[in-house]
Amino acid sequence: MKKNLRVNLIWAGILIVIYALLSLLVSIGILNLFYIQILEQIGINIILAVGLNLIVGFSGQFSLGHAGFMAIGAYAAAILGQQSPTYGAFFGAMILGAVLAGAVALVVGIPTLRLKGDYLAIATLGVSEIIRILIVNGDSLTNGAAGILGIPAFTTWQLVYLFVVITTIFTLNFLRSPMGRATLAVREDEIAAESMGVNTTKVKVIAFVFGAMTAAIAGSLQAGFIGSVVPKDYSFTNTINVLIIVVFGGLGSMTGTILAAIVLGILNMVLQDFSSIRMIIYSLALILVMIFRPGGLLGTWEFSLKKLLNKKEAN
Amino acid sequence: MLQQLVNGLILGSVYALLALGYTMVYGIIKLINFAHGDIYMMGAFMGYFLINSLQLNFFLALILAMGGTALLGVLIEYLAYRPLRNSTRIAALITAIGVSFLLEYGMVFFVGANTRPFPQVIQTVRYTLGPISVSNIQLMILGISIVLMLALQFIVQKTKMGKAMRAVSVDSDAAQLMGINVNRTISFTFALGSALAGAAGVLIALYYNSLEPLMGLTPGIKSFVAAVLGGIGIIPGAALGGFVIGLLETFATAIGLSDFRDAIVYAILIVILLIRPAGLLGKNVKEKV
Repeated sequence: MKKNLRVNLIWAGILIVIYALLSLLVSIGILNLFYIQILEQIGINIILAVGLNLIVGFSGQFSLGHAGFMAIGAYAAAILGQQSPTYGAFFGAMILGAVLAGAVALVVGIPTLRLKGDYLAIATLGVSEIIRILIVNGDSLTNGAAGILGIPAFTTWQLVYLFVVITTIFTLNFLRSPMGRATLAVREDEIAAESMGVNTTKVKVIAFVFGAMTAAIAGSLQAGFIGSVVPKDYSFTNTINVLIIVVFGGLGSMTGTILAAIVLGILNMVLQDFSSIRMIIYSLALILVMIFRPGGLLGTWEFSLKKLLNKKEAN
Repeated sequence: MLQQLVNGLILGSVYALLALGYTMVYGIIKLINFAHGDIYMMGAFMGYFLINSLQLNFFLALILAMGGTALLGVLIEYLAYRPLRNSTRIAALITAIGVSFLLEYGMVFFVGANTRPFPQVIQTVRYTLGPISVSNIQLMILGISIVLMLALQFIVQKTKMGKAMRAVSVDSDAAQLMGINVNRTISFTFALGSALAGAAGVLIALYYNSLEPLMGLTPGIKSFVAAVLGGIGIIPGAALGGFVIGLLETFATAIGLSDFRDAIVYAILIVILLIRPAGLLGKNVKEKV
């Protein structure tokens, strides 16, 4: 117990140091507006990728609907945020978006996750397209294909940082809960897990709903960050961008996801002027990573402070 | 209404051609070949360049494009899917998405993202029969599709290779023990499926008079829905599913829901998964441990 407390305190310390360091760099002007924007985008991508990795990497189900769930959160923030530009409305929209996305995920997840195979992939892809089509035809509520402009700039880098920390802690704690262990068991061997008394459908649905809700939260943050929402920003390509982060980082590795989001965020900044080649490089890399390291670059490896400390004591 | 029926049949025949490729590949290696829609796009571009720069006859170009896409399909299977045959299904699916994006953005890079018109090599003639009117292009699409489907049915049911395909899709290990060359059979399946997709690409490009690198995405997903609707892995099911989806889509347009016609197709997928996951012609298979 005491050891746990020590590890947690060290983690809290690390998080505060990172925060202080970022504040310092911002206040003395090394991190200008351009870099802050990239940081915010990286943070939002971390939230998205952590949610998707929970579904794909940890529970072993394949969802291609992340962009759709993001769109729900983004539009909730855009519509409510435009009507009353207060943080109360923004957080209300965030919760509303997350609940809505969770409900949609529940409705789609229950029938499809009962089935074997890759049906979830296509069903979620269909759902995210349905969401996009509904938004395009949403008349005055969503302003159709033109999207909603002029959303108040709710998102600051502090807020993104806070949500990155919250989502990561929630996800890690979920994975260490009995339900989370059951999720991992389902990934490893569904039949064995079922015969040990795990309600596999329930476990898969919970992981899927949880992932969808984080996507909606990231979507709200993104709407407050860019200041506009346009339906075409939530197409299939967007889901793939998140999937690339998850695959590079490692299917089933939170450490890998966060590292990959940071590295790819910087890489995107460098390759900004070569956007046509960028997709070619990424898709080639996707194929090569799968052929040579099917678990992603870091596999299921996690950085663990506890193990590190234990090792030191043993020496 | 009769007119819509005709239009739906034409569109459905193209979906059916695509769905056949999906269903054969899924039947044999249990992979949703995400790149299938992009092979259809490649077929359209092959036809375009063959007609435009080599001034070939349309039918010759169609056959050559089918050969080209067959080759491409075999190549993709050999380079990208074969090394992953024994890994997890998610890994294979991610690779398929990678291949799909590589084809799409590779084409965007080489030929540009703008839509181009397909050379109108066949003079459109409209025939009016009472309340319905059909063009010769529509009749040709329907005719070619039906001929190709019958040819496929013949290959699968009557030839030695078709027998091998069916054997591998039932149990590839047992098939291998019986002396069937599994790798060659899988390559052959990809060649067949890709050739059909290539034909569908050329026909649709001619029909709509347009082609672009991302044209394969939506028809790809819709024809997958068609394959699931008919019962994935079942060849007549894919043809049936294709026609049903095509008809539904044209009827949705006819009753004024054209903005929602894609959404309706995806909603059908979710409904099938909910009430009859094995598809219209499928049987429920109990899983054995």
